[in-house]
Amino acid sequence: MLRFAAIRILRAVLTIALVVTFAFLVLRLSGDPARSIMGDDASPEAMAAFRREWGLDQPLWAQYLHYFAAILHGELGRSMRGGGPALDLVLGRIPATLMLTLPALLMKLAIGIPAGIYAALHRDSAIDRAVMVTAVAGYTVPSFVLGLVLVQVLAIWFAWLPTGGTGSLQHLILPIITLGVGGAAVLARFVRSAMLEVLGQPYIRTASAKGIPWAAVVRGHALPNAAIPTVTIVGFMVGNLIAGAVVVESVFSWPGLGNLLVVSVTARDLAVVQCILLLVAVAMVLSNLIVDFLYGFLDPRLAEANSTGGH
Amino acid sequence: MADLVGTAPASAFPATSSSGALLTIEGLTVDFSGVRVLRGIDLTLSRGESLGIVGESGSGKSVTWLATLGLLPRTANVSGSVQLDGQEMLGVAASRLDRIRGGRVAMIFQDPSSALNPVIRIGKQVGEVLARHQGVSGANIRAETKRLFDLVGLPDAARRFDAYPHELSGGQNQRVMIAMALAGKPDVLVADEPTTALDATIQAQILDLLTTIRRETGMALVLISHDLGVVSETCERIMVMYGGRVVEAAPSDSIFANPQHPYTQGLLAALPPFDGALHRLIPIEGQVPEPANMPPGCPFAPRCAQRMTVCKETIPPLTQTEAGHFSACIAGAVTEARQSLKVHKSVLA
Ligand SMILES: Nc1ncnc2c1ncn2[C@@H]1O[C@H](COP(=O)(O)OP(=O)(O)OP(=O)(O)O)[C@@H](O)[C@H]1O
Ligand code: SF4
Ligand SMILES: [Mg+2]
Repeated sequence: MLRFAAIRILRAVLTIALVVTFAFLVLRLSGDPARSIMGDDASPEAMAAFRREWGLDQPLWAQYLHYFAAILHGELGRSMRGGGPALDLVLGRIPATLMLTLPALLMKLAIGIPAGIYAALHRDSAIDRAVMVTAVAGYTVPSFVLGLVLVQVLAIWFAWLPTGGTGSLQHLILPIITLGVGGAAVLARFVRSAMLEVLGQPYIRTASAKGIPWAAVVRGHALPNAAIPTVTIVGFMVGNLIAGAVVVESVFSWPGLGNLLVVSVTARDLAVVQCILLLVAVAMVLSNLIVDFLYGFLDPRLAEANSTGGH
Repeated sequence: MADLVGTAPASAFPATSSSGALLTIEGLTVDFSGVRVLRGIDLTLSRGESLGIVGESGSGKSVTWLATLGLLPRTANVSGSVQLDGQEMLGVAASRLDRIRGGRVAMIFQDPSSALNPVIRIGKQVGEVLARHQGVSGANIRAETKRLFDLVGLPDAARRFDAYPHELSGGQNQRVMIAMALAGKPDVLVADEPTTALDATIQAQILDLLTTIRRETGMALVLISHDLGVVSETCERIMVMYGGRVVEAAPSDSIFANPQHPYTQGLLAALPPFDGALHRLIPIEGQVPEPANMPPGCPFAPRCAQRMTVCKETIPPLTQTEAGHFSACIAGAVTEARQSLKVHKSVLA
């Protein structure tokens, strides 16, 4: 078990290091922060001063080493736009994002899982088909399209809800629905196929042959098995709590992390972008770790493999 | 019409013992999306009897018993009649069926490792049956499960309660399946190729175990197998299936001494001899027809060396050729054509 944990954690750290490096390269090579922050009409002297101040005049590898060493010291840099610590800026936006993504996650679970189970248990029924058609629609329509349609209909035509911004509970409704629908659809499809797979297994027939009532077979024999693959995708959704709302925050002008990311990328505000990416990577890696441990808990076959060090 | 002719009356296929029928199947048919795969099965099983079912892959052995227990997927269309102690089982409410399954009729399957739930401890899987059908609860479940594990010869029974199926070998898992089946104290145990997935020594051990348990508990045993040899050692009576029908049924010794149906004769010719001498085995040529392409007459006609012209048009009914021996072959029935005709009239009347 210890060795299993050590391997996982090492892998997690490597993943994060890779993400950090990748973000550094892409951002440094894709544009000039001095130009995007100071503006095109700044004087050459001012530009040079800005570059010197932020270390942009150094060779790329020196910047990288410097940046990496700083991260290891827990120093995530300052925003080139505001000058404040990037981490504070980023952490300050998290509550706003979670205000959308947490309820949206609940919506995905509360709708997606029961719908998937129901559809699988009533395969090929009218309700199954309805669930599947809705699910396909729900996850093929991009969230910005859905968001715009919802705004058009509910906010503009009927004027029931605000088109965007903050200030009241009503402001939360459309972004949450926009976020939740796609995920619920994905989850419904996934749970349905996991359930169908499990329901076709010989041990389900064995359970029926023992005289266990169908409802108890589903609850006691099918669901625990279908939960195993489902944990993966739910874990992914949990990992996405922080980064999953970029598009929707833009559509609804919601002042969350996604919004900050878009603004910072446009401005090439490196420290802030890197800080966000780092946070997203950490969230993803953490949720993966949790998923792995949950697997061990749900599936005794894996638990054994883990405790013997993966042999 | 052809099916009516092909369906032997139940009364023409009596049980060997006189203690009365425990389970009676009449005219059992199964269709999967409009294709008939089981084409009228009749059989009677007595208390404590051992019946072997043999036939090549796809002949309908499993479907017969899955249909009997209501275990086929919803896509299956089942008709006919299955009676346990005179009570109809087909189409009854699920709650009634659930009292029979695992309690009065238990069934075990070919691959024990996939037939057990991978995420539930085996003791709990056996305990479920005890709780449901024997009203055992609490700590007694553990004690009774241990007794069953001892009974089926599972080594280290006390510790196995908390094991998962993947921690056991195939043979041990099959012993768990048997323990699970016995937990409900059934009147009938249907074992669907219980040893096919196991190696030869384990296979013999499991068959011995089934025979011993049957003797000790007095339950009836239905043993399904590809292998006529396996079945003849374990069972008193044998039923040979082909193309979704019964083609021959007789006491085991009678099948060996005097096989009537060309298909049974073919199966026997393909058996290795008892003395172990290396004769050339003669497999039956050709393939089992697909249910969707079943020949209109005798299902075995395309592969039969004794085929006659009528065989391609008429479905031979299951007819008694000697006491307790039934065969569905026109060639074999020619001598007794008159008697056979009489039987038909009485069915149709
Ligand atoms: N769920 C199903 N859907 C469609 N066809 C099926 C289904 N189950 C069985 N069949 C068909 O019914 C026929 C009889 O199958 P069955 O499983 O009873 O054969 P079997 O005699 O048990 O063979 P085996 O020795 O391979 O187990 C086969 O043609 C099979 O393809
Ligand atoms: S009825 Fe005809 S084809 Fe069928 S087994 Fe008998 S002889 Fe062969
Ligand atoms: Mg079978």
